[in-house]
Amino acid sequence: MNVIEKILASHTEEAAIHPGMIVKVGLDYVMANDATACLAIDIFKNELLADRVYDPGKVILCMDHYTPSSSIAAADSHNKMRAFAGEQRLRYVYDGQGVCHQLMMEHHVRPGQLIIGADSHTCTYGALGALATGMGSTDVAVAWKEGRIWMKVPEAVRITVTGTWPAYVQAKDLILKIIGDLTAKGATYKALCFDGPAVRALGISERMTLSNMAIEAGAKFAYIQPDDRTEAFLQGAGRSEYPVVVDDEDAEYERSLEYDISNLAPQIAYPHSVDNVGDITAFAGLALDELFLGACTNGRYEDLAVAAAILKGKKIAGGVRFLVTPASNAVYLRALASGLIATFIECGAMIGTPGCSACFGGTGGILGKGERLLTTANRNFKGRVGSPDSEIYLASPAVVAASAISGCITDPRRILQ
Amino acid sequence: MIKGKAIKFGNNIDTDQIIGAHHLSLATIQAMAPFTFEHHAHFITHFTRGDILVGEENFGCGSSREQAPAVLKERGVAAIVACGFARIFFRNAINLGLRLIVCAEAAEIMELDMLEIDNDCLRNLTTGRDHEIEPLPPFVREILDCGGIIPYLQGKN
Repeated sequence: MNVIEKILASHTEEAAIHPGMIVKVGLDYVMANDATACLAIDIFKNELLADRVYDPGKVILCMDHYTPSSSIAAADSHNKMRAFAGEQRLRYVYDGQGVCHQLMMEHHVRPGQLIIGADSHTCTYGALGALATGMGSTDVAVAWKEGRIWMKVPEAVRITVTGTWPAYVQAKDLILKIIGDLTAKGATYKALCFDGPAVRALGISERMTLSNMAIEAGAKFAYIQPDDRTEAFLQGAGRSEYPVVVDDEDAEYERSLEYDISNLAPQIAYPHSVDNVGDITAFAGLALDELFLGACTNGRYEDLAVAAAILKGKKIAGGVRFLVTPASNAVYLRALASGLIATFIECGAMIGTPGCSACFGGTGGILGKGERLLTTANRNFKGRVGSPDSEIYLASPAVVAASAISGCITDPRRILQ
Repeated sequence: MIKGKAIKFGNNIDTDQIIGAHHLSLATIQAMAPFTFEHHAHFITHFTRGDILVGEENFGCGSSREQAPAVLKERGVAAIVACGFARIFFRNAINLGLRLIVCAEAAEIMELDMLEIDNDCLRNLTTGRDHEIEPLPPFVREILDCGGIIPYLQGKN
């Protein structure tokens, strides 16, 4: 079996499993956030007539999409989540401390685990060698009650990445390139396994950018085999106990793709689909109204550091807004301590409260009619961040920082010249 | 048998378009339902209860929000026909008992065509053409026939 099948099998009563098989799996965590939990609470109570969650230490709630409460409806839904967490004595409830996926990675995820979340970007946890996937509120309510859920065993696709990372080319550029090639449906129901020396060269933060966006090609799981860097991250987080699962010698993959990043240019995904991808050279000079640095895709300390190095001592262009939102309080504190936040404020940025912020369109940074946003987030769907007559372009932290200075889409490699 | 007129969409219809982020914190699906496809003028103009939505590739991509299939069901969508569905949407719709039809030729169907769905056949009454339907896996079919995952589980217990 391949590593995906082995991890899945270890959560079933089956000795061997194969792609296409439908299996009942036990779950290590079931996460929901404030865009999805309230519907799950209604289903849990009113339709499943359930009493208690299967394990109050494994059901995790996070308020991140509408925090601080952005409307009366959001405030009421937050209170409903807090009441449920109290009734069920949930051990882990994150109330405005950051994006759910960032918090799960900082505090909970271990290699070899199987996790579902009522959020499509739950696949992020593959960066630590866990299998994790997004589901809807009904599946989550069923999982809260039973601790188990049905899954179809996916085919695995191996993506081997070689080459040397050029200056100002980041994991975001690679994953946009891959999604452009695969298309938005190209990995539907598959596990995307990233490997190769250029992936090994990435820290956990950039690996999370890769795994986070696997869903944008339709994937069920993302997976990166744990290594020394994974071990160092987990040691630092006080989570050193986990199983080591690797491919068997006869492991099979549906197909293998190869990428060499040595000549990769910064990439842009243009409206209104994430698989509309091209080299930045085709978009250079496009005027912007708003820029966003943040989200579970690129709101980590390492992302902020890359952007701050470009912005240090500079000012953003007149007439544009630049919003920087750390992905969690831990990221925020570290960025405050090292002076990154000061750099952003001095260059003219606004600092948002850790959470989904301008990625989701649930809180600040909403776009008006005809406006254009350049963002490090993961989706450029029509109207996602406000007006249906606005435009969203996706890019790396380096591209967003360089573009904030000029007010138009700008290739960060120009800084080298 | 299901009979209704087609409301036609293209490729990659994402769940943000079905129900926007700023409506998801409303207390009930009934409160969200009036905002279904709020920026799609043809849906607002043409759709009536019992109609059939028709998409092309990757219908329902993006967010895991179950509110998307839930508002479609609440509005009375009889079935959704598409060349293919995104994974989470597919699962959510089946869980809610919303009928999904995978049909490779869905792109040939036009807005307001009259459709009839009977077992494994999709008939376009406007063009007179029959289109083959890809059968659902038996396990998925069983959930759908029970009316969704909750009645299915209640039947098992």
